[in-house]
Amino acid sequence: MSALGILIARELRLAFRQGMDSMMAVVFFVIAVVLFPLGVGPEANLLARMASGVIWVAALLAAMLSMERLFQADHEDGSLELLILEPVALELVVVAKVVAHWLTTGLPLLVVSPLLAVFMNLEAAGLAALLLALALGTPTLSLIGAIGASLILGARRGGVLLALLVLPLFIPVLIFGVGAVDAALQGISARGPYLIMGGLLLGALALTPWAAAAALRQAAE
Amino acid sequence: MAAFTGENLTCIRGDRLVFEGVDFAVESGGALVLTGPNGSGKSSLLRLMAGLGRPAVGRLAWDSVDVDDGDEEHGARHAYLGHADAVKPQLTVAENLDFWAAFRLGPVAAADAVRAALAALAIEHLAEVPGRYLSAGQRRRVNLARVIALRPRLWLLDEPTTALDRETVGRFEGVLDGARADGAMVVLSTHTDLAVAGAEVLELGA
Repeated sequence: MSALGILIARELRLAFRQGMDSMMAVVFFVIAVVLFPLGVGPEANLLARMASGVIWVAALLAAMLSMERLFQADHEDGSLELLILEPVALELVVVAKVVAHWLTTGLPLLVVSPLLAVFMNLEAAGLAALLLALALGTPTLSLIGAIGASLILGARRGGVLLALLVLPLFIPVLIFGVGAVDAALQGISARGPYLIMGGLLLGALALTPWAAAAALRQAAE
Repeated sequence: MAAFTGENLTCIRGDRLVFEGVDFAVESGGALVLTGPNGSGKSSLLRLMAGLGRPAVGRLAWDSVDVDDGDEEHGARHAYLGHADAVKPQLTVAENLDFWAAFRLGPVAAADAVRAALAALAIEHLAEVPGRYLSAGQRRRVNLARVIALRPRLWLLDEPTTALDRETVGRFEGVLDGARADGAMVVLSTHTDLAVAGAEVLELGA
């Protein structure tokens, strides 16, 4: 367990020293959402109707964008081989990487989303639902993305391949994430979508470490 | 007295047969030097020994107990040094080493181990230098310090002296001798003249 903490601390330190890398996802998220009012026009009702969908799609793309480097730097400089060889289960290494990734990209997305919700004229009732849905959904995105990130190691044009692998798998998160906000806006209970998103999160948590670890071992051979 | 052995090892990478029918045995305090021309499979054999992949045929064993890939018990007793130096450019030398030492030995034991390893290679002055400012030889010395800090029972070194100056090679020979006197075993491949007293030589591709 302490090895897990040590690895997370190292990942966070690397992310902070590298500043721009993790900021990029957030900046992309903000810019992508801001483009919509500029493109569609400042009609408040229209924006309010699109708000949850636009914010979610931008969050998916931002999460995917930041995923490519998750294992790549370690793969290139030889650290990945050493991490595989260390007497710590590779599955735990994957979990630590994902936790650090969520803290440096998922959490910042969550923090700036209220600002974007105001920008998109989302009603207050929807904002709480959006935050809760993002809190449940972004860790799932990080987990699913980790599988993609481990599969593209060694591939040329990995970024494009990652999008093709991962975006279809993000669809359930998108559907229920938007569903939760819509339910809250219509004043009906969003319990169903939350429960399904929680289920997706637990399912991804159970499967991702094994899938990604297998792909990492393959990449190191 | 521990022993690390390989029997009838065959390695296939892609569709190419790298080597077949290789046997070796190393005992505590012993050393095995792998020689052979480029492409004869020295690195591949060291990777098999470390547990990166498994042999197509044959078995590796530690005290007659089979070693599989992803074997955590095996991971805990060896330290592997490959071609890449695994030094993070954003972290200082001390931070780089602290991570690897703490990851295996725990944070308490790590501090002492890292200090001793830096001293063994006389690179204390590099401790606070970020990895991005290191030369190739300095990066290699940091990677060697990582192996020293882990105090492994089995040293697996792939061309450990690449890019090192003569003085550091001498220092490292001293470290290896000391570790072997404490019962560690060493397997290494080399093209340069690294003096390893009483080492057995395994000629690959012959």
